[in-house]
Amino acid sequence: MVSTNQEAVISAALEKHSSTEGALLPILHEIQDALGYIPSDSIDVIGKGINRSRAEVHGVVSFYHHFRTHKPGRHIIQVCRSEACQAVGAVEVIEKLKRTLGIDFHESTSDGQITLEPIYCLGHCACGPALMVNGEPRAKMTPDHVDNLVNELRTKNHDD
Amino acid sequence: MTTKIFIPRDSSAIGLGANLVADAFTRVVQSNNADVQIVRNGSRGLIWMEPLVEVETETGRQGYANVTSNDVDSLFKTIFAGASDHHEKSVGPVEEIPYLKNQERLCFARNGITDPTSIEDYLGNDGYRGLKVALSLDAKSIVEIVTQSGLRGRGGAAFPTGIKWNTVLNCPSDQKYIVCNADEGDSGTFSDRMTIEGDPFALIEGMTIAALAVGATKGYVYLRSEYPHAEEVFTEALLIARAHGYLGENVCGSKRSFDIELRRAAGAYICGEETSMLESLEGKRGLVRPKPPLPAISGLFGQPTVVNNVVTLSSIPFILANGASAYKDYGMGRSMGTLPIQLAGNIKRGGLVEKAFGVTLNELLYDFGGGSASGKPIRTLQIGGPLGAYIPESQFDLKLDYETFSAAGAMIGHGGIVVFDQTVNMASMARFAMEFCAIESCGKCTPCRIGSTRGMETIDKIISGENPSMNADLIEDLCDTMLHGSLCALGGMIPFPVLSAMKHFPEDFCLEPHANKAAA
Repeated sequence: MVSTNQEAVISAALEKHSSTEGALLPILHEIQDALGYIPSDSIDVIGKGINRSRAEVHGVVSFYHHFRTHKPGRHIIQVCRSEACQAVGAVEVIEKLKRTLGIDFHESTSDGQITLEPIYCLGHCACGPALMVNGEPRAKMTPDHVDNLVNELRTKNHDD
Repeated sequence: MTTKIFIPRDSSAIGLGANLVADAFTRVVQSNNADVQIVRNGSRGLIWMEPLVEVETETGRQGYANVTSNDVDSLFKTIFAGASDHHEKSVGPVEEIPYLKNQERLCFARNGITDPTSIEDYLGNDGYRGLKVALSLDAKSIVEIVTQSGLRGRGGAAFPTGIKWNTVLNCPSDQKYIVCNADEGDSGTFSDRMTIEGDPFALIEGMTIAALAVGATKGYVYLRSEYPHAEEVFTEALLIARAHGYLGENVCGSKRSFDIELRRAAGAYICGEETSMLESLEGKRGLVRPKPPLPAISGLFGQPTVVNNVVTLSSIPFILANGASAYKDYGMGRSMGTLPIQLAGNIKRGGLVEKAFGVTLNELLYDFGGGSASGKPIRTLQIGGPLGAYIPESQFDLKLDYETFSAAGAMIGHGGIVVFDQTVNMASMARFAMEFCAIESCGKCTPCRIGSTRGMETIDKIISGENPSMNADLIEDLCDTMLHGSLCALGGMIPFPVLSAMKHFPEDFCLEPHANKAAA
């Protein structure tokens, strides 16, 4: 079952795009922007809303790497794995991130605070290794910067 | 007099601390009650100097490179002491920096100079001159000028833009579309991102001219979800263009209607392939469509559609404003005009270099790029994104020209050059190519969907020393199947980085040079 809040978000997204052509991606973005993910239970509701089958909606959600069907941590680190970042040490940065957080890609820390995701190019190829934290870019990362970054995010949690 | 201080809002500059610098400047300006206007400009493309702060003076803009928030106090004092070139971060007049001065900036003429969301800045720097010309011409004449200019698709396929437009123009239909492919997924490329973040009106103007040329009334920009800052700038630019009558029911009082909708992609590399992108815009999985029919004839929602890359469309205003020959006079052979090249990876001076075709890789790597960032010798480079071949040093004298590259078994693609120093292991890069293909394959055809995973496993065997020669033969065989049996460029071209790595760097694959057919 979707919660009341989720239902409100989904109806608002469907309403907003009721006359958009090919509206499924914009609808899914609205939902994920608001909730952080696409709840599995919402797929049925979205399908009914745009007159498409549950299978079609599920097919679209699962096709695109951007959409998640599980609630992420409150901070999301998206780190670039692409060639340009690899050429300047992305592999070491990624290893350090995984080790420091104690998780692999697509996982969240045990306290549910930080999620780590791979990403294939952020367009910061002249100043890699690059990553994005909650949508904000960080360039020229080093394994040492990883410690600072993780501390910064953990302190933020503490402050909130 | 108000002093203008420019601090880029380009996302790479932000990644390097530009927002922190801007905040620090705002604080120091307020506390000193100084008469300063802080402009958040685009990036000049000298990414190795970012954050590059510029101060407007009587003798032009003075630059300060790699500024951090700790520099701001001393920088502020220097600026208002009137001795702007005496700060340790000073790089002198920005226009005189050789990296910038030695470029031929047609498409990127405004980047870094203007405030990206100021229509006044845009108009004051040749903006909307192209549209003005286009509005005085009939559709056929616009297409003719674009054809004459020799402009070819900058997304990678290098198809002549004018010919594509002509096909759409000659397709009778009540509804036609202009779709801008801003799904810039190739590693090593960022010229689309920089255009949208730094000069969004150029793209809007280019799309509007395209619409007039083919009779389209609706445009879409399909922008990567990995580019939130570009989305922010472009959303703002669309509102401004509408408010000033450059988009909408009556474009510039011409009674012609054209509007643009920004669509956010969702992190699928394959959606940079045009038919897959059209599927995605229609709200479906991004599965590649067979061609024919060409999108120009049956594209978005089955209607005639121009699909062009950001840089292609942003080159259009210059061509209309200055004429086909002004553009065509740059370049060599059948590669006419300029290409915004992106220097990326392990390079000392990474950034954007717009040059006429004909520039050599050596000039780009050493004269502009200054060699590797690590100081170690450059071993190889990959040009054309993850599907591009690895090029050995012996070919660094290649001239950038579509045909020259094609003859050498390489491709220019979207113009991104990723540099690697001697520490790179080419077997792991080849493995990564296969892995990337496995992650990003849309799954429609077997050679790509399954071949990529088998390729990864086989390269793993080679890396672990398991019968390298026999497994290298298997890789070649597999690549041959993928090359000929895949519907689109993903499965069809991932063999290029793999085979070129094996051919030029057999020692990384535990192979004797010339021990396999690829090396022959």
